[in-house]
Amino acid sequence: MEIPKSFLGYKRENGRAGTRNHVIILPVDDISNACAEAVANNIKGTIALPHSYGRLQFGADLELHFRTMIGTGCNPNVAAVIVIGIEPKWTKKIVDGIAKTGKPVEGFHIERTGDIGTTMKASKKAQEFVMWASEKQREECPLSDLWISVKCGESDTTSGLAANPTVGNLMDKLEPLGVHLCFGETSELTGAEKVCATRGATKEASEKFMNTWNAYNDFILKEATDDLSESQPTAGNIAGGLTTIEEKAFGNFQKIGNCKFIDVLEPAEEPTKGKGLYFMDTSSAAAECVTLQAAAGFNIHLFPTGQGNIVGNPIEPVVKLTANPLTVKGMGEHIDCDVSKILSREMNLSEAGDELIKTTLRVANGRLTCAEALGHKEFVMTKLYRSA
Amino acid sequence: MATDIIIHDKKDNVGVVVIEKITPKQVCSCWIMEDDSTVDIQSLDEIPLGHKIAMVDLNEGDTILKYGHDIGKVVKSTKKGEHVHVHNVKTKKW
Repeated sequence: MEIPKSFLGYKRENGRAGTRNHVIILPVDDISNACAEAVANNIKGTIALPHSYGRLQFGADLELHFRTMIGTGCNPNVAAVIVIGIEPKWTKKIVDGIAKTGKPVEGFHIERTGDIGTTMKASKKAQEFVMWASEKQREECPLSDLWISVKCGESDTTSGLAANPTVGNLMDKLEPLGVHLCFGETSELTGAEKVCATRGATKEASEKFMNTWNAYNDFILKEATDDLSESQPTAGNIAGGLTTIEEKAFGNFQKIGNCKFIDVLEPAEEPTKGKGLYFMDTSSAAAECVTLQAAAGFNIHLFPTGQGNIVGNPIEPVVKLTANPLTVKGMGEHIDCDVSKILSREMNLSEAGDELIKTTLRVANGRLTCAEALGHKEFVMTKLYRSA
Repeated sequence: MATDIIIHDKKDNVGVVVIEKITPKQVCSCWIMEDDSTVDIQSLDEIPLGHKIAMVDLNEGDTILKYGHDIGKVVKSTKKGEHVHVHNVKTKKW
């Protein structure tokens, strides 16, 4: 198949391109959710991103909070941002971080004004932003403006046999065309970690990966009260035939095809070494992982599933594929790309990869994903430890 | 003949059922992805889609190979053709 050289995206002030044109209302902290949701309710076409954290965090955990908030606002799928927090200082820090992209952003703090006064002021600005953004047009953008993140969920053996290798096939075909790619799920590489480490493009990348995996594994061993048999693999994984974490890991690892990763990113860290594949240190929980990848600037997500994970994200469209014919039959409304014919050998991996490229480009050009049509907007912050 | 079971790698001692289920005594056609070869196996159990079948007799302590790699250890001896899952295989990690 001849791969198209471009897609229709929204060009942003900083040179990036978006596959979506969202105006978001971003609460800095949990107690500002109500105000953010009130603004989004007032002004049509905006979305609030409520979450559970942002108070009394400190150290690396607080840094991650700011990185995720600022990164979410900076994502090229976002046209403009209203930031609402309880206090002025942290609100301003997030506004200033997002403003570096050159996109419209304004912050409001609730203290001394209250929810109603803040909602009124922020709603006026949100209306201005959304009407401005509504005039933005999609333009031809080079394929290399796609930043594609991947993560699998509710995996079963069909994931490792077919859906994940389909993503790997897409990576093998798109990597030479200059796209950014990202995989994560540190804990779900357990058992395949040494093989994964050999896929570092440099010795530094391989070592950085092993250090990251070791730190995560040490944390799991420290906190584990039993053999994790209730968590990894999950009950859904086991129902689908996956027996051990090692089996799950080797299946998971199929998603990167034959690509090598050029760097290891902190959670929500923006890649800075140019085009190519990156590994990000993330949780293996779907919504947490996608939220971190979106905050790092990825503008379209590929999500292979076996038993049928239904996750979505408010700003990064999540494209689902499965090779499990029972999942296609039972919950087809969640599946954007059906590659189940690989199992019956009516379709080979390269054909499946081409199908996925076509689906990905249709979504990049504006076609809604199943998760978007169904209203999935899971925005889940990763929290590293208890607050002070 | 339609494929009932797919095996990733020639070295693997388990295969994955890719039809809705296989039934006891069924002669199943297995496709090995690595070298595009085919072998037959007679199943001893009913095994649903996505679940694994033992391609050889497995003894306690043996290593399960899938994708050509170690994915766990046998904790209960299992005959060729039997269902392989959490009742007879455990992780070597965690």
